[in-house]
Amino acid sequence: MNRTLDTVFHNTTRFFAISVLIVLAALFFVLFNEAKPAIDAFGLQFITNSKWAPNMDIFGGYPAIYGSIVSTIIAMLIATPVAIGIAIFLSELAPPWIAAVVGMAIELLAAIPSIIYGMWGLFYLAPILRDIWGGNGLGLATAGFVLSIMILPFMAAITRDAMKTTPPILKESAYGMGATRWEVLKDVVIPYVKSGIIGSIILALGRAIGETMAVTFVMGNAHKIPDSIFKPATSIPVTLANEFTEADTDLYYSSLFYLALILLVISFTVIAVAKFWFLRNLQEQRV
Amino acid sequence: MTRQERRILVNKIIMLLSTAAALAGMLFLFWIIGVLLYKGFTALNLDIFTYDMAPPGREPSGLRNALVGQLMLVLGASFIGVPVGVLAGTYLSEYGGKKSRLARLIRDISDIMMSTPSIVIGAFVYAILVEPIGHFSGWAGIAALTVMMVPIVLRTTDDMLQLVPGSLREAAIALGAPKYKVIIQVVYRGAKTGMLTGILLSVARIAGETAPLLFTSFSNNFYSTDLTQPIASLTVTMFNYATSPYDDWIDQGWAAALILALFVLGANIIGRLITRTKKGNR
Repeated sequence: MNRTLDTVFHNTTRFFAISVLIVLAALFFVLFNEAKPAIDAFGLQFITNSKWAPNMDIFGGYPAIYGSIVSTIIAMLIATPVAIGIAIFLSELAPPWIAAVVGMAIELLAAIPSIIYGMWGLFYLAPILRDIWGGNGLGLATAGFVLSIMILPFMAAITRDAMKTTPPILKESAYGMGATRWEVLKDVVIPYVKSGIIGSIILALGRAIGETMAVTFVMGNAHKIPDSIFKPATSIPVTLANEFTEADTDLYYSSLFYLALILLVISFTVIAVAKFWFLRNLQEQRV
Repeated sequence: MTRQERRILVNKIIMLLSTAAALAGMLFLFWIIGVLLYKGFTALNLDIFTYDMAPPGREPSGLRNALVGQLMLVLGASFIGVPVGVLAGTYLSEYGGKKSRLARLIRDISDIMMSTPSIVIGAFVYAILVEPIGHFSGWAGIAALTVMMVPIVLRTTDDMLQLVPGSLREAAIALGAPKYKVIIQVVYRGAKTGMLTGILLSVARIAGETAPLLFTSFSNNFYSTDLTQPIASLTVTMFNYATSPYDDWIDQGWAAALILALFVLGANIIGRLITRTKKGNR
C-alpha cells in the first residue's frame, strides 16, 4: 500500500516537473507553427524589411525589431551606471540603517507592476519631455527612459547582492594597505563580482527587451524607423499589444506570431547567456 | 597635487557620484510612488468597489466587475499553479537532488521561463485556447497566468525544501515512514513558511500582469463571473482607461493602479515579515 502510494507520489511530482519542459517546447512549437505562413511568405527578409503595410499584405519586422533594440540600449545606458552607483552607495557608503531602509524600498519597488511605470511615463514624464525636446514627447527616448526606471530597482538589488559576496578579508587587506574606498571597489570588489554584475545587466536587458506595458503607453506606436530617437516608433511587444486583436488577414496574424517568435528567441538567448555564463557562480554561492 | 591627494580626490568624486546616482534613482522612484498614491487616493471612493464600469461621464461608476474578474483570474491561476509548482519543485528537491541532470535542466528552463516576455506567453495561449475556440475567455487568462506562475512556485519550493536538513528526513525514514509521508509530514512542515512566502510572492507577481491578459481574458464592461466568456481585470482596465481620452476614466485607472499596487506591496511585505520572524526564532 505504502509502496504504491510512494510510486504514485513520485510519478505525480515527476509528471509536473516535466510539464515545465513540455510547456517550453510547446511555446516554441506553437509560435513557429502559427508564424509558418509568414515565414514561408517573407523568409528571413522579414527581419530586414522595414515596410509594414497591413492593407497591402506586406509585413516587415525591422521597425519593431529596431525599436526594441534601440529602446533597450537607451534604457541600459541610463540604468547601468545609476544601478551600479546605487549598489556602491548601499554596500560601501551608507550607514547600515539607511542601507537597510533604502535596500528594502528598492526591493519593494522592483515588485511594482510595470503598467504603473507606463502610466507615470504617459501622464507625467512625457509632458515634461515634450517641453524639453519637442514633438509629442512620445518615442524611443521616452520609452528607453521609462524602461530604465523600471529595471533600475532590479539591477541595483542584484548588483548589491553580488557585491556583498566579496569576502570581507579581501577588502580588509586592501584597506590595510592604505587603499581608498574607490581603489578597493575598483581593484578588489568589482573584479571579484564582475560576472555577477555582467549577469545582472544582461538579465535586466532581457527584461527590458520583452517589456510590454511600461513602453506601450509612451512609444507612440508609429510603424516606421524614426529619423530621431525623440520621435514615435514601435517595438515588438508594443506591436503585439496594439495589433493582435486587429489582425484581420491570415498573413497579418501570422506576421505578428513571427514577431513573437523572434522576441522569444532573442529573450531566450539573452537570458540563457546571463544564466549560464555569468550568474552560475553567483547562484551556487547563494544556495 | 601629490599622488596621495589625487587618489583621495578621485575617491571623493566617485563616492559623490554614486551618492548622487542613489539620490537620483530614489527621487524618480519616489516620484512614481508619490503620483500613484496622490492620484490613486484622490480617485478612490466607495463607488469604486460597489458599482460596475459605466460609460464616461456617467455616475455612479466603479470597478466592481474588474475587481471580481481580477480576483477570479488570480485565484484561478493560483489554484492550478500552486499545486503544480509545489509538486514539481518537490520532485526537483526530493527525487532529483543536486546531481540529477533532469532536475538541473528543469531548474534552468524554469529560470528562463520566469523571464520570458509575458506578451509571448499571451500570444501562445491565444493560439492554443482563444483562436481554436473562437473567442476570448477567463480560462484563457487563467492559463496564461498559470504558465507564468508555475516556474516561480517551482523554484522557490525547490530552494526551500533543500534548506530542510537531511537529518530530519533520515530520522523519519529510520522510523519506517514511507518517502511520500516523510515529504508531506516532515519536509513540507519544515519548509512551510518559506514555501508560503514563495507562493505569496508568486501570486503578487501574476496579479500585476497585463500583457498576457490583453488577448486571452480580454475585458468585459459588465459584471460577469463566467470564465468561459471574456472577463474584466484591473490591469487591462487600467490600460484601457489610461489610454482613453476621458478624465473620469483616467482617474479610475489610477484608483485601479493604487488598489493593485497596495495588494502587490502588501503581499511582498507580509512575505518578508514571515521570513524574518522565522529567522528571528532560530
